[in-house]
Amino acid sequence: MSSVAERETVKTGKQYVPQDGLLLEVDDLFVEFRTREGVARAINGVSFDLREGETLAVLGESGSGKSVTAQAVMGIIDSPPGYVTGGEIRYCGQDLLTMSEEARRGIRGPEISMVFQDALSALNPVFPVGWQIAEMFRVHRGMSRSNALEEAVRLMERVQIPGARQRVRAFPHQFSGGMRQRIMIAMAIALDPAVLIADEPTTALDVTVQAQIMGLLQELQAERQMGLILITHDLGVVADVADRIAVMYAGRIVEQADVYDLYARPAHPYTEGLLESIPRLDQKGEVLAAIGGLPPNLTRIPPGCPFNPRCRYVQDVCRHDPRPPLREVQPGRLAACHFSEALLVDSPELRVTQSADEVQRAMEHDEGQGSTLDDTVHTVDAEQVEQSRELRQ
Amino acid sequence: MTDTTRTDQTRTTIAASEPGADGSGSLVQPTDAGTTAEKPASLWTDAWYDLRRSPLFWISSVLILVLLVMAVAPGLFTSVDPTYASLAQARQRPSDQHVFGTTALGYDVYSRTIYGARASVLVGLCSSILTAVIGIVVGLISGFTGGWLDAVLSRVGEIFFAIPLLLGGILFLYVFPNGLDTPFWLQVGKVVLVIAIFGWPSVARLMRSSVLQVKPNDYVTAARALGGSPGRLILQHVLPNAIAPVIVVSTINLGVFISVEATLSFLNIGLRPPAVSWGIDISNASSIGLVRAAPNMLLFPSLFLSVTVLAFIMLGDAVRDAIDPKLR
Repeated sequence: MSSVAERETVKTGKQYVPQDGLLLEVDDLFVEFRTREGVARAINGVSFDLREGETLAVLGESGSGKSVTAQAVMGIIDSPPGYVTGGEIRYCGQDLLTMSEEARRGIRGPEISMVFQDALSALNPVFPVGWQIAEMFRVHRGMSRSNALEEAVRLMERVQIPGARQRVRAFPHQFSGGMRQRIMIAMAIALDPAVLIADEPTTALDVTVQAQIMGLLQELQAERQMGLILITHDLGVVADVADRIAVMYAGRIVEQADVYDLYARPAHPYTEGLLESIPRLDQKGEVLAAIGGLPPNLTRIPPGCPFNPRCRYVQDVCRHDPRPPLREVQPGRLAACHFSEALLVDSPELRVTQSADEVQRAMEHDEGQGSTLDDTVHTVDAEQVEQSRELRQ
Repeated sequence: MTDTTRTDQTRTTIAASEPGADGSGSLVQPTDAGTTAEKPASLWTDAWYDLRRSPLFWISSVLILVLLVMAVAPGLFTSVDPTYASLAQARQRPSDQHVFGTTALGYDVYSRTIYGARASVLVGLCSSILTAVIGIVVGLISGFTGGWLDAVLSRVGEIFFAIPLLLGGILFLYVFPNGLDTPFWLQVGKVVLVIAIFGWPSVARLMRSSVLQVKPNDYVTAARALGGSPGRLILQHVLPNAIAPVIVVSTINLGVFISVEATLSFLNIGLRPPAVSWGIDISNASSIGLVRAAPNMLLFPSLFLSVTVLAFIMLGDAVRDAIDPKLR
């Protein structure tokens, strides 16, 4: 009991005080997964920071490293095979990566907390939901069973679960998807964390429920002045909620900007491609613009700019190291492209060197190499393949 | 929503389902609202619901209940002393006075069979609890931590796993024999110990594989992300979700261990007289000549032993079916 009391005084005594509103700083973070196929470099020098009351959206395709970033901040990367190989993650000025496991555990929950993608699998199936929320209070605050359960009911009401008092003893599978996500959120905010990481919180839900959950998250954030990191691949979800957006590609942040700036004019061809690939009502009947090809295999990231094989503006300089660094291209706005300035002013010197179709075909050809069947198929449009080869060389 | 005649359960379900589009909750609910009218269903309440409908469960439960009463209070079934022998009444066929007849030494077979239940139940229960506890602890540790500890524990388990239970039992009890003057509790303790030593690896293996299945689940990661300590993760999140197969196997093992005890006693190395046990009685009954001269001596303890083992195995089957519907 004494240890619980001690922790309580630590909590109220504010061991972690943000300096100038700065909650979380991630500095040049590297994470790799040592797999049988080789070392997958999931995160390659990611840096960002988060302030009180700010919403940072981390945007990217599957495998871009957005979830791994969240896991690294939480310290829940499975090791082996995952290892943080470099960088710092500072919470209120203290490096989380050099902390003792015990101190780190004291941060998870009361200081930094997380909402998972699929609430059905993120809730323990054998315990009632109220019990699971109450557990947070019992473990971290040393509350009695009945008090903790009372708190749980209050929280369930706060996240707008109808009939919370009656449903406190229900099991996770008896709730609908949206309700489960609300319960997950209730658990995550139970200890009033300063930072909340939401890892694709609405991906498993349908559109109307998505809007409700995002609304709830926004409301809770405003009420508690939390820093919110919203991980998503859905640009639509981000637009209304986020203050800043960090776009990730192949384990790097390729662009970071205020949400309005980014939507108005992207400074990286990848962001441009993402924005174009949002289905829009006024484009009915047209073919949806998609970025050709696939994200790179993280065990074999191409030299130069990792996006170069798929980039429509690709030039020779993009295909060779050094990689374009993330630099300030406009005040308050970062991008990692040699041609960001040209892109921002829509300069005529920027010309499309390969179309999405060409990228697609070239990539398919690369994968089919060594297979005679694929080669014969490709002789049909050998001319085009030749063209794209020329372009790439 | 217009249907106001629905039960309370369905009404709360409707109220609780998403006001917008998600109808999955209310689609699933009414079907199991009928099955678990008042209490919300969990794995265990679902299992209990299934169990209640299984005739196998009821038959085996009644048999086991009778057996337990026999073990705890044999005096309820017979007033004859199982250790009283009268050579004058040796080798009698079943009669009014001796329902199951008497043995070659004039013991009352019925009384001995009733009193024999205690040794069997004691050995069966204690050894399956002990194997389950050791197996669960080892399986949890090696499954959850992995790495070298897992490798060491698994190899140690395999060493014991490689020795057949009966052979191991014979060896152990040959080295540390039960004498005629060893007290009953110590005799039982030795048999239990030997069964536990050679029986835990199978439970540990099962637990380990079950833990490996549960561990990567999001709720374990989520509990970690919300500040759960390793101990809490194991006890609250992994154990309750991984234990079901072990419960099933332990129930089945109970029957198996009872027969192992009988076998060891039959070989004169398990329990020793004056302890009363079905194994001892079967052993005594099967000497040359007696099988034909006094078949009742062999028949009744064997029958009780078979029915007991069968009851526990049936219970295990019923529990398995209830817990894991996929195995049906």
